[in-house]
Amino acid sequence: MKGTIKQISLFAENKPGRLAKIAESLSKAKINIRAFTIAEAGDFGVIRMVVDDPDRAYKNLQGQGFAVSETEVIAVQMEDVPGGLFKIANTLGKGGVNIDYAYAFVTRSDLALLILRVDDNAKAIKVLKDAKINLVDVDAIVNI
Amino acid sequence: MEYWQPEIETMPRKQLQELQLKRLKKSVNAVYKNVPLYRKRFDDAGLKPADVRSLDDLKKLPFTKKSDLRDTYPFGMFAVPLQQCNRLHASSGTSGKSTVVGYTKKDLETWADLMARCFYMVGVRPGDVFQNAANYGLFTGGLGIHAGAERLGCVAVPAGTGSTQKQIEMIRDFGVRVMHCTPSYALYIAETCKKMGIEPGTLPLRIGLFGAEPWSANTRVQLEKSFGIKAYDSYGLSEMMGPGVAFECTEQDGLHIWEDAFIVEVLDKNGEQCAPGEKGELVLTTLLKEALPLIRYRTGDITMIMKDECPCGRTSVRLNKFYGRADDMLIIRGLNVFPSQIEHILMDMPEVGEYFQVVLERVNHMDEMTVRVEMSDKAFSGELGDLQKVTGKVTKKLKDSLNLRTKVVLVEKGSLPRVEGKSKKVIDMRTAI
Repeated sequence: MKGTIKQISLFAENKPGRLAKIAESLSKAKINIRAFTIAEAGDFGVIRMVVDDPDRAYKNLQGQGFAVSETEVIAVQMEDVPGGLFKIANTLGKGGVNIDYAYAFVTRSDLALLILRVDDNAKAIKVLKDAKINLVDVDAIVNI
Repeated sequence: MEYWQPEIETMPRKQLQELQLKRLKKSVNAVYKNVPLYRKRFDDAGLKPADVRSLDDLKKLPFTKKSDLRDTYPFGMFAVPLQQCNRLHASSGTSGKSTVVGYTKKDLETWADLMARCFYMVGVRPGDVFQNAANYGLFTGGLGIHAGAERLGCVAVPAGTGSTQKQIEMIRDFGVRVMHCTPSYALYIAETCKKMGIEPGTLPLRIGLFGAEPWSANTRVQLEKSFGIKAYDSYGLSEMMGPGVAFECTEQDGLHIWEDAFIVEVLDKNGEQCAPGEKGELVLTTLLKEALPLIRYRTGDITMIMKDECPCGRTSVRLNKFYGRADDMLIIRGLNVFPSQIEHILMDMPEVGEYFQVVLERVNHMDEMTVRVEMSDKAFSGELGDLQKVTGKVTKKLKDSLNLRTKVVLVEKGSLPRVEGKSKKVIDMRTAI
């Protein structure tokens, strides 16, 4: 879908060395991780990341035997100032879009990048655009 | 010495063997006439029922295995029309299909009598309040034990399983003198008593009947001491009818197996009869069953026949303690589970791979089973909630099929060891009870 980017999700057991193994595979494949989060649920967790080459990352990790999936998420530019997150969250809330999960990181510029997994991508894109919030596409992710 | 059925329990061996032969001929005739699987096997071996002229001729007859019951599911081994049955019981089978057993009215009476014989043997008397903390479903330990207690004239309390605190209150308030449950549950009850501020020794219990799982001499001492009871071992299997097949007497030295109802063989790996005192697989032939007579049924249980006569005066042979299994069957909280059952359940679920590992532990005297399964990459959506749904679904399927609560842990694809043989898929860390 136009306006979304691909997020890579991995199933991983909650035990020492698992993240290192994943990071090592991506490092060897020269894939750069742009944003990253771990959600854990007791004995296992889901590692989520936005990378500069999602398709290659997917194939690489799958080839290593990991349970991997690709999910369409939205990446938005956020001003790295107080109220930056409020503006986006408020826009989506008022637009009736629910955020399932989100994670953010700060770029080298004055901007922050917010990765959003929402219940309705099309609706989210529309309300964000209407509020003049910048969405980030794949090319921009590569060039950060 | 007092007996429930003195003429049978103390019958001289020669006379007992004559009775066995008479009844064996009847069982053999019944299966040949009414069970196609037996007729075929007899015919293939060139045998006719008339070829059974002595007890020694039993050796010529084909064996029966658990898989025969499964392959002829549900009623293929029954020797009477279903309409002549009065009750069905079933245990979960090794590959999804359960093992179904049937009883005629007379079978139920025989069973109740054998049970009453066991209870009377260890000092249970009419009027005793008898609490049965066994599962009252398809499992034979519920209704089977219950019927025996009623037959003897006890006040039967069908407590079922669970609600330990309530079980303890009933024992105390109803004046329960006899209790039946698994030995591990009895240990758990003792511990729960202490937590409730009740000294187990102050309960009215005098006799404990423990079965469905193997237990040690140490546990006997522990249970007898903490409750102030005499503890007795019970053996049975649903294919033979349920509990009541063999039982300890007050000598507490081996289990009397009722030879007027079963012919006992203990066989080595080559199918040769073991001498008394030698370990082998227990193989039983039913002599009184109408609905489901079984010839040379391989129980899978390893035991030995004891050499000497019992001072209690009963003439039936005694089986020594059970030493384990000839196959990979597991006994978990008193229930029989084959690793292949778990495999079969998982195979039907695309969310998980076919590889699994069972880890058995004992927590607070009770068995805990963890099933580790590999997450299938095809079914992985990337959402945490979906993973929890998978865990929940596997847990429910296992519960529905095995009647056991398990903890299911998802692991990464390829992380479980690839081993030959199902038993290696089980890590049993339980110490003996």
